[in-house]
Amino acid sequence: MLAGIGLVNIYSAVYDTNSMEIAAGFIQKQLVALGIGVVFIFLLQFIDIKFFERYASILFLLSILSLLGLWGFGTEVSGAKSWYAIGVFSIQPSEFAKVAVALALAKHLGGFNTRIDRAKDYIGAFVIMLIPAILTILQPDPGTAIILLGFFLVLHAEGLPANFLYALVFLFGLFILTLLIGANASLLVIGVLSVFTYFYKRWRKAKRIFRSTILLGAIGATFTLSVSYIFENIFEQRHRDRFNILLGKEVDVRGVGYNINQSQIAIGSGGGLGKGYLQGTQTKGGFVPEQQTDYIFTTVGEEWGFLGTVIVLGLFTMLMLQIVKTAYRQKTTFRRVFCLGFACIMLIHVTINLGMVVGLIPTIGIPLPLMSYGGSSLLAFSIFMGIYLRMYYQRIQ
Amino acid sequence: MRTRFFNTTIALVGIVLFVRLFFLQIISDQYNDLSLKNSVLKRYVYPERGYVFDRNGSLLVSNQPMYDLMVIPKNLKPFDTLNLCEMLRLRKSELVESLKKARRYSMRAPSVLLNQISKQDYATLQEKMWKFPGMYIQRKSVRDYQTEVASNLLGYISEVNNFDIRNNPYYVKGELIGRQGIEKTYEKILRGTKGVSYLQRDKFNRIIGPYKDGLLDTLPIPAQDITLSIDIALQEYGTRLLKNKRGGILAIEPSTGEILMSVSTPTFDPNALVGRDRSAFFEELKQDTLNRYLFDRSLQGQYAPGSPFKVLNALVALEEGVVDSKTKFTCFSGHYYAKNQFMACMCPPGTKNNLNRGIYKSCNTYFSNIYRRIIDKDNKIEENINNWHEHLNSFGLGNYLGYDHPVGQPGYVPNANFYNLWYPNQRWRGSTIVSNAIGQGEILMTPIQLANVAAAIANRGFFYTPHFVKGIQGDFIDPKYKTKRATSISKEHFTNVIEGMTDVVSKGTARIAAIKGIEVCGKTGTIENFTKINGVRTQLTDHSIFIAFAPKDDPKIALAVIVENGYWGARWAAPIASLVIEKYLRGEVKRRWLENRMLDGSLEEEYAKVISNKPFTINE
Repeated sequence: MLAGIGLVNIYSAVYDTNSMEIAAGFIQKQLVALGIGVVFIFLLQFIDIKFFERYASILFLLSILSLLGLWGFGTEVSGAKSWYAIGVFSIQPSEFAKVAVALALAKHLGGFNTRIDRAKDYIGAFVIMLIPAILTILQPDPGTAIILLGFFLVLHAEGLPANFLYALVFLFGLFILTLLIGANASLLVIGVLSVFTYFYKRWRKAKRIFRSTILLGAIGATFTLSVSYIFENIFEQRHRDRFNILLGKEVDVRGVGYNINQSQIAIGSGGGLGKGYLQGTQTKGGFVPEQQTDYIFTTVGEEWGFLGTVIVLGLFTMLMLQIVKTAYRQKTTFRRVFCLGFACIMLIHVTINLGMVVGLIPTIGIPLPLMSYGGSSLLAFSIFMGIYLRMYYQRIQ
Repeated sequence: MRTRFFNTTIALVGIVLFVRLFFLQIISDQYNDLSLKNSVLKRYVYPERGYVFDRNGSLLVSNQPMYDLMVIPKNLKPFDTLNLCEMLRLRKSELVESLKKARRYSMRAPSVLLNQISKQDYATLQEKMWKFPGMYIQRKSVRDYQTEVASNLLGYISEVNNFDIRNNPYYVKGELIGRQGIEKTYEKILRGTKGVSYLQRDKFNRIIGPYKDGLLDTLPIPAQDITLSIDIALQEYGTRLLKNKRGGILAIEPSTGEILMSVSTPTFDPNALVGRDRSAFFEELKQDTLNRYLFDRSLQGQYAPGSPFKVLNALVALEEGVVDSKTKFTCFSGHYYAKNQFMACMCPPGTKNNLNRGIYKSCNTYFSNIYRRIIDKDNKIEENINNWHEHLNSFGLGNYLGYDHPVGQPGYVPNANFYNLWYPNQRWRGSTIVSNAIGQGEILMTPIQLANVAAAIANRGFFYTPHFVKGIQGDFIDPKYKTKRATSISKEHFTNVIEGMTDVVSKGTARIAAIKGIEVCGKTGTIENFTKINGVRTQLTDHSIFIAFAPKDDPKIALAVIVENGYWGARWAAPIASLVIEKYLRGEVKRRWLENRMLDGSLEEEYAKVISNKPFTINE
C-alpha cells in the first residue's frame, strides 16, 4: 500500500511536470529515476536488515566523504556547490546523507549500553547529526541542514530530557520575537520573563532558582543578540527578505515575495475542484518559478483544486502515521529509531515544503518527497522506503 | 519514550496545512481573480464601422486605417532618438515628454507614443521598427470622408473619455465614439458590437494559446450601413452657392419628410477632423465666434422669420374666420396701427389688397390688420393668442421637431403668459404685439422649421417628421418617421394661400425665382436683426430669406434659404432657392448668368462691417 502511495505521488509529479511545454526532457529523467527507484526498493527487499546495522557506520563515513568531496569535485548550481555532475545526470550527496544519518543514529542509539539521557551518548548523537549538517550549511544549503538537524525530534521521542525541547522551543520563540520587534525590545522581554521565572520557581519551591534564572536570562540575552547579529550580518539579503515578507513587515510581490505570491495565487485559484488536468493557467504560463521542483504542490493545487490538495496531504499524513506505527512495532531500538528517522525526515520535508507553498513558512528550498522533480531525492527516498518496507514486513518475525 | 510525540506532531501539522489550504482555495476569492489577471489577456475584435451613403447610393463616409505608435516602457531599450524624431517629424523634447508620460502611466501596459500616423509615415516607419525595441505600431480604423461638404451633418468621431465610459460600460479606453451629427445619433448602428477573445499568457506576457479553447470567446457583430435621405449632389451645389456668405439651406421632400439637403456655411472639409492635426484644427474651428463653423445654421440658427411668417398668419386667420379670401385692406405705403404708430410698407399708397395680393406683394398693412383681428377677436385677447400659439405648434413651431440629429433649437412662439410678464396688468392687445404679424417681434424659427412649414403647406395640411436617414441596411427606419402629423388648419384654406405663393414668384416679390415650365410657390422675407457692437445695440443689414416648394401640384421639394445680412429676400435667398429647385427637378441649371452671380457673390465685406465700421444698409 505504501509503495502504492509512493508511486501515485511520483506519477503525479511526472504528469504535472508535463504541464509546461518544455516538459519532455524532465519526464524522461524522472521516469528513469523512478525506474531505478522501484528496482532499488525491490532489491532491498532481499537484503537483511542486519546488513545495514552492521555497515551503518561505514555508510555514514562514506556519505561524509562524499559531502567533503564536493569541495573538490563538485559543480556549482545556482550559487551552491551541492552537486556532482556525471555525464547527463547529477547526484546530490546531501540527499543520500539523510539515509546515512538515519542509519548511523539508529545504530548509535541502538547500541547496547547507550542510554539517551547520558551526556556522553546524547552528545554523540548530536555529533552524528551536526557534522553533515555543518557540511551542508557550508555548501551553502541551509534547507537541507535544517532537515538533518530535525533528527533532534527523533531524539526527543526517544527520551531526550524534556528540558532540551523546552530550550529549543524557547529559543525558537525568541528568534521570531527578535525578528519581529528588534533586539532591544526582546532584551526587555527577556528581562521581564526572567523576573517572572524567578518568582515562579520560588513559588514552586524549585531548587537552585537563582542560578537557573540567571542562566535563563543570560542564555536568552546572548541568543537574542546573536540572532540579531546573525540576521543582519550573516544572513544574506534574500534570507532576510524572506523572513520579513512572512512576518508581514514587507509586501514584495515582484522580487523575493514573487514566488510565494504566485504560488498562493495558483493554489488559491484552484477552488474546490481545480481547473482540470493540464489546464492550470498559472502552471501553463510558467508563473510559479521552480514549479516542478519545490513548487510541485502548487500545480496540484491549481489543477486538482482543494480536492487534490487534501488528497495529497492526506496521503502523506497517512504514510507518516503508518511509519510511526510500524516504528513502535519494531523489536529493536535500531529499527525503531530508523523508522522514526524516516518519518521525521518526511515530516519535516512535507511541513516545510507545503508550508512554504501556501505562504505560512518562509521560502526554504526543500523538495516534496517523491513528487518534486529530482533524481537524487527520489532515489534517496526510495532507499529509505526500501529499508523501511523490509522492516515493515519483518516485524512479524 | 514518548510514543505519542510523533503522532501528535504529524496530526498537528496536517491540521494546520489543511486549514490553510481550505482558506486559500475555498474561502478566499482574491486569488482567483489575481490568477486570471495574471494569465488571461482579453483581446477585442472590432467590426468595421458602418458606411454612410446618400439617397442615390453614393458613398459619403467610409473607413481608412490609421496607425498609432505604441510603447511599452518596460521593454524599451536605448535607441536612436534623433532618427526617430526625424522620421516622425517630432521635436526631441516632444518625444521625451511623451515617453515620460507613458512611463508614468504604466511600465508594463502599452501607451500611445504618437497617434494617427499617416499611411505614408507608417510605410517608412514600419520597416525600421526593429531598431526600436519596446515600440510597435497599432492599426486603428478612422473615417474617410468621400465628400468635402456636409461636415456638421455627418459629424465626426473621437476617442471615448471617462465620462462616456462611465455612462456606458460597453466602451473601453481607446475606442472611438460618434460625437456629432449622424455619427452620434446612429452610433450604436454604425459601431456594431465588438467581439472578445480570451488568450492565455505566460509570465513573459507572451501569448501561448486560447483560453479554455475559445469557449468564452464571442464573435463581433458587424455594423450596419446607413443610407441618408440627403442628395449629395444637391448638398454640394448648395454649399457652393452659399460660398463667401453666411447662411443655411434646408430642403425636405414633402411626401416623406426626408431631408434632401442641410447646408450651413461657413463650413469646412470633414476630413480635416481626421488625422493627427485634428485637435489643433478643431480648436481653430471652435474659437472662431464670428464664422461659427461648428454651428449648424440650418438646424440651430434661430431667426425671426420675417415675411414668410405671413403665410402662417394668413392660414390661422382663415381658420379662425376673422377674414376670408375676399377681405380687403387699403395700404398707404403703410398704416397707423395705433395712435402715432406707423408701420411702413412697400405698396404704393391707396393699394387695396386682398389675401392673394397681400401675399404676393407682401403687404405689411394687410397682415398687421388680420393679425390684430386674430388677437382682438371678441376681445378675448389671452384666449386668442393662446389659440394662435396652438395653431403654430401644430406646424412644429416653438418646439423640437424630433429629427435624428443631435443638434437643434426649438425656436420660440409667444403666448399669453409671456406677454403678461412683459406688460403688467395685462395691458396689451393686438396692436401692442403687432410685429408678430410680419414675422418680427418675439417669434423665432430655425430654417428647418421654415422648410417644414413649406412642406406642410405643400402637402395641404400635414407633414412628416423631418429625418436624415432613408434606410438602415436596407429599408428599416423608425416608424415615427412614417407617421403623419396633421396641422390644425383645414385643407380648404390652403388653396388660397398657395395661389398667393404662386403669384409671389410669377408676379410678386420673387419674380427672379421663376423657372420656365415649373410652377414655383414661395415667399420672400427681409429680416431686421440687431446685435451689440461695443456694447451698443446696433441694427445690422437685414437677412435675406425665402421659403418655397415646387412644383405647385404634386410637390417634390420644399425648402428654406437664409442668407445672413443679405438684405432683400429676392437678392440672395430667392435666387439660390430657385437654382436649387431647378437643379433638383431638372438635374441641371440653364440660367447660367444667375448661377454665376450667386456663385461669385460674396458678402465678406458686409460681414467685415462690424469691424470696419462701414454703415449698414437698412431699408433703402
